Amino acid sequence: MTQVSSSTELVTEAVLRAQGVKVYYGTNLAVRDVTLDIPFNKVVAFIGPSGCGKSTILRCFNRMNDLVASARVEGKITFHGRDLYASNIDPVETRRRIGMVFQKPNPFPKSIFENIAFGARINGYKGDMNELVEDSLRRAALWDEVKDQLQESGLALSGGQQQRLCIARAIAIAPEVILMDEPCSALDPISTLKVEELIQELKQQYTIVIVTHNMQQASRVSDLTAFYNAEATEGGNKVGYLVEYDRTEVIFQNPTQQATQEYVSGRFG
Amino acid sequence: MAVDLPSANSALWQPNRKRSKRVQFIVKSIFALFAIVSIATTAGIVLTLIYETIAFFGEVSIIDYLTDTKWTPLFQSQKFGIIVLISATFLTSGIAIIVALPLGLLSAICLSEYASPEVRKVLKPILEILAGVPSVVYGYFALLFVTPLLQSLFAWFATFPVIGLAVPELEGFNALSAGIVLGIMITPLVASLSEDAIYSVPQSLRDGSYALGATKRETVTRVVLPAALSGIVSSVILAISRAIGETMTVTLAAGQNPRLGLNPFVPVMTMTAFIVQVSLGDTPAGSLAYKTIYAVGMTLFLLTLVLNLFSFWFVRRFREKYE
Amino acid sequence: MTTPDSQTFNKDQSTQEQYFTPNLSGRYKWDTVFASFTWLAVGLSVVILAVLLISVVWDGFPRLASDFWGFLTNFPSRKPEQAGLLSALVGTVWVMITVAIFAFPIGVGAGVYLEEFATDNWFTKLIEVNINNLAGVPSIIYGLLGLQLFVRFLEPMTGGRSILSGALTLALLILPIIIVGTREALRAVPDSIRQAGFALGATRWQVIWDQVFPIAIPGILTGTILALSRAIGETAPLITIGALTFISFLPENLQSQFTVLPIQIYNWVSRPQAGFHTNAAAGIIILMVVLLAMNGLAIFLRNKFQKRG
Repeated sequence: MTQVSSSTELVTEAVLRAQGVKVYYGTNLAVRDVTLDIPFNKVVAFIGPSGCGKSTILRCFNRMNDLVASARVEGKITFHGRDLYASNIDPVETRRRIGMVFQKPNPFPKSIFENIAFGARINGYKGDMNELVEDSLRRAALWDEVKDQLQESGLALSGGQQQRLCIARAIAIAPEVILMDEPCSALDPISTLKVEELIQELKQQYTIVIVTHNMQQASRVSDLTAFYNAEATEGGNKVGYLVEYDRTEVIFQNPTQQATQEYVSGRFG
Repeated sequence: MAVDLPSANSALWQPNRKRSKRVQFIVKSIFALFAIVSIATTAGIVLTLIYETIAFFGEVSIIDYLTDTKWTPLFQSQKFGIIVLISATFLTSGIAIIVALPLGLLSAICLSEYASPEVRKVLKPILEILAGVPSVVYGYFALLFVTPLLQSLFAWFATFPVIGLAVPELEGFNALSAGIVLGIMITPLVASLSEDAIYSVPQSLRDGSYALGATKRETVTRVVLPAALSGIVSSVILAISRAIGETMTVTLAAGQNPRLGLNPFVPVMTMTAFIVQVSLGDTPAGSLAYKTIYAVGMTLFLLTLVLNLFSFWFVRRFREKYE
Repeated sequence: MTTPDSQTFNKDQSTQEQYFTPNLSGRYKWDTVFASFTWLAVGLSVVILAVLLISVVWDGFPRLASDFWGFLTNFPSRKPEQAGLLSALVGTVWVMITVAIFAFPIGVGAGVYLEEFATDNWFTKLIEVNINNLAGVPSIIYGLLGLQLFVRFLEPMTGGRSILSGALTLALLILPIIIVGTREALRAVPDSIRQAGFALGATRWQVIWDQVFPIAIPGILTGTILALSRAIGETAPLITIGALTFISFLPENLQSQFTVLPIQIYNWVSRPQAGFHTNAAAGIIILMVVLLAMNGLAIFLRNKFQKRG
């Protein structure tokens, strides 16, 4: 797509790179021709109206779409230059290296400690588990609130705490990239603020891709913003596509595309 | 009042409201009575059992009933050690759950997590058919198919040089066949109730697990199953309760020999088998034998009631609440 | 599936990476083993059902093939080759019709009361908890209740160990199933239909009778048929109330003594002679065919019902 022009020049080093990615569910095309780079230790926000395929693309980065039997990915996605969908790449290992936080907090019905230890255990973590749990909770800015109740159920926490527990769980297995799929959409404003602050902190060590419906959030937390839109096909299905990808201030103040201008100014979507 | 409404043409609209209300009142009262039939059934069961059981303990000491190690109510020297029948019931039910737990739980996991929707559509009716087969058919199967099969298997093992000496003889009536077939019988119950519990674990938990780099087995055994644990445990308890109360399979295949102990290779007599044995004979009401089946029935009722209540309590106490 | 080691991705930022030993190939091996076991369990269930059916047909079919009509129209006999199912078949028909006459209106009525009329108070809750518990009571306990209540206490009305006593016992046994089935069928009727009825000035009962029933009736019938197919195979409670195992006459009225199919089968299985075992297998074939037909009808009704919903 010609619209995606300025993206490459501002990328110093691409961790993830999507080239002409198309996603099908069954025979329906859901997203077409997405090409973009996710630079190292930056926060990239995906914005756009519902059904524009931003979450779908996000789920391609850690191969969560493999779990949907009808999903099919075309095009190329590379992680540090290696093709993520090559036959010798394992989805399980991929997900360990590229963590994910979901729309609704989904702590396991286990203790807080076990929620974090789970991923480390299955991936053969050989270090000190207590240290790892404490370290992960500290990085997720949750340690002070839960240090005395590590053996209590993760479900007993408030919604905002649960989401930070899920972030702690994700960083416990030492990923390089954290994918966040509307992580604050189920949270109240105060919890949202805490998670946003946390994202700013995590940026120092991790590359973050965040899908959000909230444009203020995108402008607050991200360095780069990708705007997706959807168009109806003849068959009545919606197909998403990438409209514009640039530095966040450019997208919000001086976008090149008419659609982006209208969306960020709240005129549609 | 409706009659004061100006537009109503009273000559054309004369709804007999009084009559429809009376009809409704009568219908409602009759249906309420019908609903009370279920309460009356429970009350009838409890009162009947209590009444005859008290009469029974008027003639037999409750201490003897609970501590005696012989069960010979139909002999000259009457002994009423219920522990003999309970041991047989536990033996057959224990074997049943050893069969049904792995078979039912693994089937449930397969149906919920591994089978495609098409395969599921074929397999679920098969489980339903297995659940709908009458118990007398399972009794036939246990006595005339499984027992001969096991007997020839035992005989074949006995021909082996060293271990052959340790192989016991399997009698024509035995707790083993009865227990195995009882297990087959309650497998659909474990499978369908556990499957409900496993299937209702939110997809978001599975996604969370996969996103941490877990394989499918790790997701199933370490996230999904623990999340469904309360439902699974309750299904297993209900299945045990069903096995304890089951009658025809154990009566036909396990035999009629009241014998204390947990040897699965010899004939034993369960609580239900005793009730059938007495019922088949001509037992006049008011006789001690008649009262005895009610005492045994009371014991059976209390056992299953405790298990059922425990199962309900367990689900309520340990069910995880997801949004 | 090929499994890469952690060197696959050349970039390795994490300081903690050295602590992780994912051992993917080992984990995938266990995944395969585990999945195989679950399929094995399902396969075993299917095989067991097949073996059960085949062994019964194998044993019983020759008896049906040699003298099908005689098997259905002969009374029981000491000689296996002359023994037939007549009294058991007729007894089953009598009992099942009587069960349906009692259980259907009472079960459906109770279901309608609980779902449509009852307010949510302690008494309704008590009935609900009670119905749940009744479903877990062993069937032989119902036999003990029937023996005391219908055979002894109400003997002047029921005639003692009679068809009526047996049918009433089985009716109590399947009542919870019919009540639960009725309530599910009623719950599936959209509330908008009731609202529409009320808006036209109908009483609650008029709404139920004219609007709700026509939609719910296939579901109610499905539940009732499944409950009756449970009753038709029940043996233990009828033995307890004293249904006879050897009857060489046909019932004349509800107070007659009787036998039913499963009891006749039980009797034949428990005899030592192989000839009776063959008869038992043949009887099981008949019983299973009846059950299959009833279940088929229930599934047919359910599918028809679901299409409309």
